[in-house]
Amino acid sequence: MLGKTANGLFWMYRYLERAENTSRLVETGQRIALTRLGSGDDDWLPVMQTAGVAEGYKATHDELTKDGAIDWMLRSKENGSSVLTSIAGARQNARMVRTALTHEVWEATNGCYMTAQEKLGRKVSERDLPSVLGMIRQRTALVRGTTHGTMLRNDMYDFARLGTFLERADNTARILDVKYYVLLPSALAVGSSIDNVQWETILRSVSAHGGFRMEYGNVYSPRDIAHFLILDKRFPRSLAFCASKLKDNLGYLASSYGKKTDACAMAEALIRRFMTHDIEAVFEFGLHEYIEEVLIALGQLGAQIEKDYRFYE
Amino acid sequence: MSETSIFDEMWGRDETLRAPYEAFQTWFDGEDAARLRAKQREAEDLFRLTGITFNVYGRAEAEERLIPFDIIPRIISNREWQKLSRGIDQRVRAINAFLYDIYHRQEIIKAGRLPAEMIARNEAFLPQMIGVDPPGGVYTHIVGIDLVRTGDDDFFVLEDNARTPSGVSYMLENRETMLQMFPELFSRNRVQPVETYPRDLRNSLAACAPSGCDGNPTVAVLTPGIYNSAYFEHAFLADQMGVELVEGHDLRVVDGRVAMRTTEGYKPIDVLYRRVDDDFLDPLNFNPNSSLGIPGIMDVYRAGGITIANAPGTGISDDKAIYSYMPEIVEFYTGERPLLQNVPTWRCSDPSSLKYVLDNLDELVVKEVHGSGGYGMLIGPTATKKELRDFRKKLESRPGNYIAQPTLSLSTVPIFTKAGLAPRHVDLRPYVLVSPDRINITPGGLTRVALKKGSLVVNSSQGGGTKDTWVLED
Repeated sequence: MLGKTANGLFWMYRYLERAENTSRLVETGQRIALTRLGSGDDDWLPVMQTAGVAEGYKATHDELTKDGAIDWMLRSKENGSSVLTSIAGARQNARMVRTALTHEVWEATNGCYMTAQEKLGRKVSERDLPSVLGMIRQRTALVRGTTHGTMLRNDMYDFARLGTFLERADNTARILDVKYYVLLPSALAVGSSIDNVQWETILRSVSAHGGFRMEYGNVYSPRDIAHFLILDKRFPRSLAFCASKLKDNLGYLASSYGKKTDACAMAEALIRRFMTHDIEAVFEFGLHEYIEEVLIALGQLGAQIEKDYRFYE
Repeated sequence: MSETSIFDEMWGRDETLRAPYEAFQTWFDGEDAARLRAKQREAEDLFRLTGITFNVYGRAEAEERLIPFDIIPRIISNREWQKLSRGIDQRVRAINAFLYDIYHRQEIIKAGRLPAEMIARNEAFLPQMIGVDPPGGVYTHIVGIDLVRTGDDDFFVLEDNARTPSGVSYMLENRETMLQMFPELFSRNRVQPVETYPRDLRNSLAACAPSGCDGNPTVAVLTPGIYNSAYFEHAFLADQMGVELVEGHDLRVVDGRVAMRTTEGYKPIDVLYRRVDDDFLDPLNFNPNSSLGIPGIMDVYRAGGITIANAPGTGISDDKAIYSYMPEIVEFYTGERPLLQNVPTWRCSDPSSLKYVLDNLDELVVKEVHGSGGYGMLIGPTATKKELRDFRKKLESRPGNYIAQPTLSLSTVPIFTKAGLAPRHVDLRPYVLVSPDRINITPGGLTRVALKKGSLVVNSSQGGGTKDTWVLED
């Protein structure tokens, strides 16, 4: 398999994951705006921060408005991580690695892109927002479904998965990075409605509200939320889950290539260092410092994968 | 050749249904126009979803277009096809023998059958290929012969495509689409399959591997990249053959072999099906500014370390000035009379021909010797006075750059329009695979159709469309 193809698969699935994550954040932002009394345009700044696109917005806009923020996150071509550019990026990479994809995966990806072009080609009105977001989510889910249902479990699949979980871990860690303060034990003003909203927002940002409720009921505690998002291996967007998938897929590559790479060792080290303690130890270490170090480790892992598997010349 | 009426492949010249279309006609009569219109739209959606698009040169990179597809098949009888195949086979053998000769002893020039300057002063002649023996002796691994028809038994070769003929993915996808949309039509007609093409292509390429290659040869398709107008086809063929699709920057010369960068290191390639022009193939040997090629690949090639398909330098055989000598070329190398006719051609480099062409410009088709894709050509009968005047100046200033041919009255095949079936002019490009011991011609090929009423220009870059092409079993 070509290094270029590994690179293309890796990025195709990173972009796809990013498109999903960004659309979920838009949905969450809109929900706060609609359900929380006294909320205003300013509330969109942290939303954009969690998506990692706030700096770009500030550089290109004079004022912060809800419409501006939604448009920036959904469909701006200047924003390299908007839903539309991410889907276009996924499709561009899919074209590049067309020979590595099944017919079904390619058609689902192309169909997803066609829908995005159509629905996000012009400004989305508030009235249409829920249905457009739903449609995008369905289309990306179809790509994921065809991937699971039709792709061989070989090295190509491993690179697709590495892209998915690196992006997902990055996304969850970034949300925690922006919102860590509401999860600190010192912020324990239990029962205050403001905190409830904040916590619910965090959970929704990673589609965890349902899963969390199933596990803990309706009682939110910052400790439980932090544990769920960081260490719970059952939750598919937790850092521990993503890290163990990264380790697994690098392990599969090592066994199919008969060679264990530095990236593989790095993923194992990441788990040893960050995922084997309990949440109290994380708080003791400092939640913010912990998250920052995880983000750095993820960045290094990505760079090592690129190098070990010859993504570029 | 000047026919008073146009030959229609379904209705002949006198509105009598021709035999190959009988079963189709019965089916069509029982169909509802509204359902067929819906099918036509369904076909377009299928093509768009599959991504069978081409990028338009000179436009924004994002612009991908569909080549219009017409749902009415073009139908050829097995008898007609057998006759055509023999002619194609003969012509392709002659082309390969010609290429070997002009890059070796040049017997045809010594025999006085071809003027020396046709080679020596031809831009398509590659001096780097002199004395080189391509693996298996094959120069043109893949050929597309463009044919037009003017009557029941009258086929003419319009052009030989011996460099990197494109369009075969449309032949395959058109058939897939028809099978999905009209399965019942295929139950009523026994249509010879085209879907073996990718497997045949891979086998044919593998059979041309360098002699030093043992075991299963590694084949790869070389593309200029995703912005190339035919990128879809490159990816499609690599995918269907189950081989890697590579770009220049994936390759380098390692230990005297051309190798591709894989996730496990560099792996040598035996056969490279390149969809990159000669000039861009090797910056060390040809255009030094090329970023699409592989530095040093020509040195590996000359040392017998890789097969390049088609071989560099094959363009000399599909040059339009050489075309006019094809009847002599076929006779010289096969010792047989040519089975396929050439269109009579005036070489404007010759003063008396030039005079004739200038005197009859409004009746002729004039083409650039090195042009392709329907660009830079004049169709006399439909040109405006100003276009004729402008072209006359071009001809007078660079006569050697042009050839002229009579305007053929191309056959028509019905297309499906809002008003029902309507005749439109077509051409046909069958695809030919050449390996050391066999020439394989896929039954059918790509039918291109001018969608505008009366138009003779079928090129997709100029508004032409395509059709599924059927060769019936007996």
